[in-house]
Amino acid sequence: MSEVLLRARDVTRRFGGLMAVDRVSLDLTRGSVHAVIGTNGAGKSTLINILSGELPASGGSVALHGTDVTRWPQPRRARAGIGRSYQRTTIFPNFSVLENCRLAAQARHQRPWAWWSDAAACRVSVPAARAAALRAGLGDELDRPAGTLSHGQRRQLEIAMCLATAPEVLLLDEPLAGMGAEETERMLALLAELKADHAIALVEHDMDAVFRIADVITVMVNGAVLASGAPQAVRANPEVQAAYLGAAV
Amino acid sequence: MAMQSGRLASVLIAALGLAVWPLVGGSFSIDLVTKTMIYAIVALSLELLVGGTGLVCFGQAAFFGLAGYAAVKLSPQAAAPSLFWLLPASMAVAAAYALFMGALSLRTRGVYFIMVTLAFAQMAYYVVHDTPLGGGTDGIYLYVKPVAEVAGVLLLDLDNPLAMYYFVLACLAAAFVFLALLMRSRFGRALSGIKINEQRMRATGFSTYPYKLAAFVISGAIAGLGGFLFAVKDGFVNPELLSWHLSGAVLIMIILGGLGHLRGAVLGAFAFALLQELFKSEALFGAFAKHWLLALGLTIIASVALLPRGLIGAGSLLVHRLRRTPRIDVGAGVSR
Repeated sequence: MSEVLLRARDVTRRFGGLMAVDRVSLDLTRGSVHAVIGTNGAGKSTLINILSGELPASGGSVALHGTDVTRWPQPRRARAGIGRSYQRTTIFPNFSVLENCRLAAQARHQRPWAWWSDAAACRVSVPAARAAALRAGLGDELDRPAGTLSHGQRRQLEIAMCLATAPEVLLLDEPLAGMGAEETERMLALLAELKADHAIALVEHDMDAVFRIADVITVMVNGAVLASGAPQAVRANPEVQAAYLGAAV
Repeated sequence: MAMQSGRLASVLIAALGLAVWPLVGGSFSIDLVTKTMIYAIVALSLELLVGGTGLVCFGQAAFFGLAGYAAVKLSPQAAAPSLFWLLPASMAVAAAYALFMGALSLRTRGVYFIMVTLAFAQMAYYVVHDTPLGGGTDGIYLYVKPVAEVAGVLLLDLDNPLAMYYFVLACLAAAFVFLALLMRSRFGRALSGIKINEQRMRATGFSTYPYKLAAFVISGAIAGLGGFLFAVKDGFVNPELLSWHLSGAVLIMIILGGLGHLRGAVLGAFAFALLQELFKSEALFGAFAKHWLLALGLTIIASVALLPRGLIGAGSLLVHRLRRTPRIDVGAGVSR
């Protein structure tokens, strides 16, 4: 049986009178990609924000490894093993690729009081950063300023930064956005490889990619779950087809 | 590597120049350079916040002035206090106020943060301005300057202008080296990350608030060092040391020199002081010297427009313009 790493139960988020996320429950298990799809404004990114701790939930609970983390702030959740990427690339453009990853790896070994010691010579965070960049396919770009990378490479760097924090759960918000065909293939290959030892939640609009890589799909409409299950079952669901009005599901 | 060697060489040449200046300069220039080095220390402290962490603090004068007042108030009236306890005590007063100000103001962002820090500084200003504690607008005098004495042997007498000059130079060098080391450490790298993208830093696992608060306290303590030196140098403090004019001037210094560079903060302080003296000169500008603030303001506006990376970036900007090549920023946070 697959190991459930992150469990959300009846997660709710209200913005005034708007129910952005309405009693959503899902399990993220190691070795599987759980895609969350839906039209714009369906609440997908808000759900990711709640799971990562960026937004507090108005109701419901989030548990990591069985521990209730609902009230934990985002940095604590990140250190506990929840990594996330954003819709918009959030790298440090002035830093080199290696320094981006090193800074992310530093989150696990902060030692802020060691003001005399050079961060670039850290014996813990530098190897972790190299390994993460290598795994994300950026091994040849370590010394390059991140701001000069292509769009696809920036998205890879975003994943590498997540990996540098040694997470078990990856919450990826539209990692394929704006990518060309070749870059999409590279990213899908990376996600397929990462899935072996991570639980991945994937918010994505590219339906071809979603149905190729996802093991479980949850469809959201107006903040609530419309359907959830294996890709074939979701594809065959008449309610999903109706909600998408002939979109390529 | 070559760039780092160039930076180190420029810093060493500047330090050497300052070290030999008293041998060639007259007493007026020694006094002016001493005062400018003190402002450079305050500029370095603000650079840690603005250039290093992305926190535009408009209340740096509060730390400067409070440490100055602490130095005077804590000194005995008729005996020379020991530098060994008076200096740390004055810095501690500034750091404590920075802790108080930072703990509350860091809960705000952007323009609100700027306004809240200004409000805290003005609070401190009115406390010394309107109460007997600070001597009102007249200020208060430091009658006997501190000394460094060990086992009856006088190591340093700050009543001597030359000793004061070299002590201020040593403090400037110490503050510069400390901040350079700090910014390349894990703490400093985290501050640079917070400056660029705080949201990403939190998502990565950094609780950013304690980092920013620590930077605020360190900055306050270093500004307090400047305030202590100023009080000891002049033997006098008044509420103007805490005024928003000084906070604004220090902010202009680091912008003029080039944000994100410790060398820029020092260069900016010297450029500001030189421009001030230049435009005040009646020998050069005649009756227009009365309007030196106008000339200074116009010069600063022109330099910010023409040198967006400040004086420290003027050389590389010129080279890139001459070669007609685009300049790619690869500097990470604060450089030395």
